[in-house]
Amino acid sequence: MPNLEHPAYPAADLLHLESLVPCRESQVSTLLSIFGERQQFSFPSIFIYGHTSSGKTYVMQTLLTTLQLPHVFVNCVEYFTSRLLLEEILIQLQSCSGTEQTSVHCDTLNDFVRLFKQALASQELQDQTLYIVLDRAEQLREMEANILPAFLRLQELTDRNVTVVLLSEIVWELFRPSSGCFEPFTMYFPDYSIGHLQKILSQNHPPEYSADFYSAYINILLGVFYMVCRDLKELRHLAALNFAKYCEPVVRGEANERDTRKLWKNIEPHLKKAMQTVYLREISSSQWERLQHDGGEPGQLKGLSAHTHVELPYYSKFLLIAAYLASYNPVRTDKRFFLKHHGKIRKTNFMKKHEKTSNHLLGPKPFPLDRLLAILYSIVDNRVAPTANIFSQITSLVTLQLLSMVGQNDQLDGPRYKCTVSLDFIRAIAR
Amino acid sequence: QRSHLLELLKRTTVHGESNSALIIGPRGSGKSALLNHVLKKLREMNQVRGNLLEVHLNGKNPFLSGLLQTNDKVALKEITRQLQLENVVGDKVFGSFAENLAFLLEALRRGNRTSSCPILFVLDEFDLFVHHKNQTLLYNLFDISQSAQTPVTVIGLTCRQDILELLEKRVKSRFSHRQIYLMNSFDFKEYIKIFKKQLSLPAEFPDEAFAQKWNNNVQHLSEDKSVQDVLQSLFQHSKELRSLHLLLMLAVSAVSVQHPLLTAADLQEARRQHSSDSRANIVHGLSVLEICLIIAMKHLNEVYDGEPFNFQMVYNEFQKFIQRKAHSMYNFEKPVVMKAFEHLLQLELVQPLERPSARAQREFLLMKLLLDSSQIMEALQVYPNCPTDVKQWAASSLSWL
Repeated sequence: MPNLEHPAYPAADLLHLESLVPCRESQVSTLLSIFGERQQFSFPSIFIYGHTSSGKTYVMQTLLTTLQLPHVFVNCVEYFTSRLLLEEILIQLQSCSGTEQTSVHCDTLNDFVRLFKQALASQELQDQTLYIVLDRAEQLREMEANILPAFLRLQELTDRNVTVVLLSEIVWELFRPSSGCFEPFTMYFPDYSIGHLQKILSQNHPPEYSADFYSAYINILLGVFYMVCRDLKELRHLAALNFAKYCEPVVRGEANERDTRKLWKNIEPHLKKAMQTVYLREISSSQWERLQHDGGEPGQLKGLSAHTHVELPYYSKFLLIAAYLASYNPVRTDKRFFLKHHGKIRKTNFMKKHEKTSNHLLGPKPFPLDRLLAILYSIVDNRVAPTANIFSQITSLVTLQLLSMVGQNDQLDGPRYKCTVSLDFIRAIAR
Repeated sequence: QRSHLLELLKRTTVHGESNSALIIGPRGSGKSALLNHVLKKLREMNQVRGNLLEVHLNGKNPFLSGLLQTNDKVALKEITRQLQLENVVGDKVFGSFAENLAFLLEALRRGNRTSSCPILFVLDEFDLFVHHKNQTLLYNLFDISQSAQTPVTVIGLTCRQDILELLEKRVKSRFSHRQIYLMNSFDFKEYIKIFKKQLSLPAEFPDEAFAQKWNNNVQHLSEDKSVQDVLQSLFQHSKELRSLHLLLMLAVSAVSVQHPLLTAADLQEARRQHSSDSRANIVHGLSVLEICLIIAMKHLNEVYDGEPFNFQMVYNEFQKFIQRKAHSMYNFEKPVVMKAFEHLLQLELVQPLERPSARAQREFLLMKLLLDSSQIMEALQVYPNCPTDVKQWAASSLSWL
């Protein structure tokens, strides 16, 4: 593993830095070599991209604070308009250079450049490179069109020793404005491999158990979840939640730490259940922990999506089923399905060509009110009178967003609707 | 071109002529550098010293620029500030922009004893000024440059070739149509010479012995075949000197006390880092489920000739694969697959065709894939721990249908 060496920074700092950023040594050494010594100019702008939780923000922050380089750290989601962003940079700059906090008023980039130069004239910042780090830089595209090109050229525009670092998940090609701009130096933070993930996750093992025990647990966890998700934050969350359940057999005395088969059999259905619930954020983590304590039946879990199964009155259920049928069946099959004496449907050439795409894939089609009522009458056994009750139930279904209204209010043929629920929902209702 | 520009500026300052010119060239062809060089030379000439007032609108000492001055009002404030006339203007309210500008120039004239001071306006990112409302700033500047009250020169720098079409008719008629074109028209041999010149240490470097050793090394490198290959590939990609500069800076940053001379390996490493395919890097980091979704989308694109698809179709393809061929993939539930799909949306590898409205269901929103199928195949080659049946599914076309 390469040691971080740099003549400009004390070795103790570098050693400390290395311990804080496992598995990221090569990226840190590249960054150090680009930054150079404190007073040397660097690239005017650097663009760092990588997956979610691949450590971009964390590495930048630890690097800048450990080596005590003057920097300004701003998250573009938090300061989402140009004015907020510029004012925040100036305020942080004031605290960086040690002057007292006065309120700044900065509307445009023009004022920003002027105030920036003033702020940089203080003594401490004279020689050192100032780093402006903009996190979630993809939000910069949504702001005014001149913000991104101006930041890329900030070194040239202000004629000072400043470097702008942009962190994002999205590749640079999608950022480039249409008339070109000053290209930054792009750097990629590669995702962690499974070995790296194991190493990082095993670092936070609780002190009561041995490191080997915990790494065996992490191994099992990764085996189940690695195919689906490689996000470090999510895996850490899952690891923390499920560890108590994993240790249960050891606590109860049924198995000791080395009995891997028993532990695996105990934890496996639990993890699979976790994938459907906690991973999808259907239930919160506190609910999950409470469930583990009570040892209750997993079937009693009422996730978020379960709450959408509202109890509907009798006719509404039929209305919804009729709406689903109307949305997904083409009109010509109605005659076949719903009448007692149906004739044969002759397949024309036109239909043969267009049979390929199934309606289930394309989504629901809109249908007029009369067709809905016709299908309703045919599926309900007893006679249904077209009272206002039925119509008001249709409107309440629209309010619940189980049906949606298509088209303007004053259609000549009457209102048209579309069914917005899936087949599973219908099946659940139909039981 | 340099002499042309120099001549122009000299005429303004010395002889009191008013002029205007546009410098047009693609990005990185050295427009700002040319202008700065000419200005430096101009300042050194004895006649000019102390006489020329410069207003830089996004020049090298920038206060204003097409990027920074988005509005004519802002531009005017900046001009006032740069001409140091703030105390004169004070609280006056002006009816129109032209009056304001005329007042400023009048003030300048009275400030000087004998004749008025020549003013040079430098407008960088000229095409952005063109988009202001009514193009008032441009109109007034060109107007003054034609009406010969004060000697004024307006120089614009832009990267758009069709800039003249964007000017309004009245502005265009006042412009003198003097254009200076800058093109990167050197060939590969000159490119290598530029490379050598950039890397060599200047004669004033304090450590003479080291400078000598370094320059010898640079000479040696420029004759090395592998280095020439690297430069050739960069040259064919873009003639801009900026990318050469970036590459060299990256290579030079690897120089340290233990590693004092630049080697060919450094340059190759720098080139490799510089030109890695960013999308392939992102695909490298996806989970296996997401890779399967991307392969399903690729197959859909092939079958339906690039028509947009939605999540339901992709999920169908995935189900077909699971049922027929997969032995190593577990059949995940639909919400889990949906979460993986939304992650792909967040990374912008898949883009919806229209903005998602509240009415439409998320699963039926039409999307398109932003990756090419050759990119996907290449990325799969380097993907770590890829199950073999997934790889084979990607390579097969519709043989199992």
